[in-house]
Amino acid sequence: MDIKIRADKFNFFYNETMALKNISMNIFKNTVVGIIGPSGCGKSTFLRSINRMNDVIFGARHEGDILIDGENIYDKDIDVVGIRRRIGMVFQKSNPFPKSIFDNVAYGLKINGIKDRSYIAQKVEKSLQDAALWNEVKDRLSKSAFDLSGGQQQRLCIARALAVEPEVLLMDEPASALDPTATLKIEELIHELKSKYSIIIVTHNMQQAARISDYTAFFMMGELLEYDITSKVFTKPSKKITEDYITGRFG
Amino acid sequence: MRNPYRTQKIAFSLLFLATLLIVVPVGLIVIVIIFKGFPAINWQFLSDIPRQGMRSGGIFPAIIGTLYLVAGAIIFALPIGLLAAIYLSEYSKENVLNRIIRLAIINLSGVPSVVYGLFGLALFVVFFKFGASILAGSLTLGIMILPVIITTSREALESVPDSFREVSLSLGVSKWQTIRHIVLPNAIPGILTGTILGLGRAAGETAPILFTVAAFYLPRLPKSIFDQAMALPYHLYVISTQVPNVDEKIRYGTALVLLALVLFMNLVAIIIRYQFRRRKKW
Repeated sequence: MDIKIRADKFNFFYNETMALKNISMNIFKNTVVGIIGPSGCGKSTFLRSINRMNDVIFGARHEGDILIDGENIYDKDIDVVGIRRRIGMVFQKSNPFPKSIFDNVAYGLKINGIKDRSYIAQKVEKSLQDAALWNEVKDRLSKSAFDLSGGQQQRLCIARALAVEPEVLLMDEPASALDPTATLKIEELIHELKSKYSIIIVTHNMQQAARISDYTAFFMMGELLEYDITSKVFTKPSKKITEDYITGRFG
Repeated sequence: MRNPYRTQKIAFSLLFLATLLIVVPVGLIVIVIIFKGFPAINWQFLSDIPRQGMRSGGIFPAIIGTLYLVAGAIIFALPIGLLAAIYLSEYSKENVLNRIIRLAIINLSGVPSVVYGLFGLALFVVFFKFGASILAGSLTLGIMILPVIITTSREALESVPDSFREVSLSLGVSKWQTIRHIVLPNAIPGILTGTILGLGRAAGETAPILFTVAAFYLPRLPKSIFDQAMALPYHLYVISTQVPNVDEKIRYGTALVLLALVLFMNLVAIIIRYQFRRRKKW
């Protein structure tokens, strides 16, 4: 299988605190990688390192490399804005802009200089369809995004991320604030999306990780303790501590 | 035994009385000025030049002068204030230089207005040789309202949730585009409110224009920005203290026009803020 993202001896610091220690892992094309681990283990930090969202944090620095298609995203000359366009992100709390449903999805396209209205309309429809939201909103695209339910808002945020055609989708506990029905919808959606994208999803929910991910990575205290095919991690983990965490003995 | 209900009642009454005391002077000022000034208000008073040594005629040049000064102050102060606010809220990092800048802004707002007047006289009138002129007066007023504009604009920018900025960046949008298309549009009502409050203050101040622009008696409209001009607050001062035998009606009429101008601006600011709060959903 082709490697899409590769972390190579990646360390990350907030001032003097080491948040990630020597992370090396390969993430393959068209797979879903679930990242699990107790709170504060570095899951989100790692996720945000992949699209360089940690750049904005004061006092953050890193060592080592993360590569996308063999290209170092921490290269000095790299276009950070371009990297973020290739690596989309969905956040824990749904966060639509105070704009209409249509304008939320079209935002990334419009800002990037696309003027062709029919192309934008087409792209918005496609993205909403891919996010399994089109049928619910097609008659009220000009309504405020805040009128949608929590689960719909989160799918809108996914559509917004898809509209700029990323290659990788990072999801930071995308369903943690949603009810079971909305969560199920998001999970089905992730399953659909992996035919087009590589998806890395942070989750606190063991069952969710087991259901949706092809590979599971177990982080603890900033270290990657276990990374393998999901069925193996959940049935025959190589480390005792992984098993303890998965079976709920701590964390 | 003490009756807790009675203590509560006393406390409540005291609190209510203190609050009422705030309303009383405001109400009295407005009522007195309206009662004494309203009889002077007619079309001639608003549109004519002062006549007979300001003892009759109107206050048109003073109204126009004040409007020019306020417009000039805002043309100067809004761009600088807004850009400074964007820098402080979006770009500046916590360091010594920025702490000094912030301290300077706070101190700037505490400087007595007559000191601004002297400063304007030294810098604009004398050093830059603008003379006593609308330009010098506007710049002086502009500097005076800069802290108001910077502080309120910064608060407006900082009240835009960080999650908006994060999402925008994560969509491959640059920081400046994020500021222009997401942060600024959501901060505009707050910025507008601050600007209008600054305007109201600029319209009402006497001391900063005293040495920099205000004409004692200039019964014509200014011809250019290098011309002197009359202005409402200074005109009020002149006819109240410097010219004998001015009809009380004219004095209170002038005060009423000035008060109406300032209150109108504050009202607009309040309406904008109210509208925005009602629409805001995050």
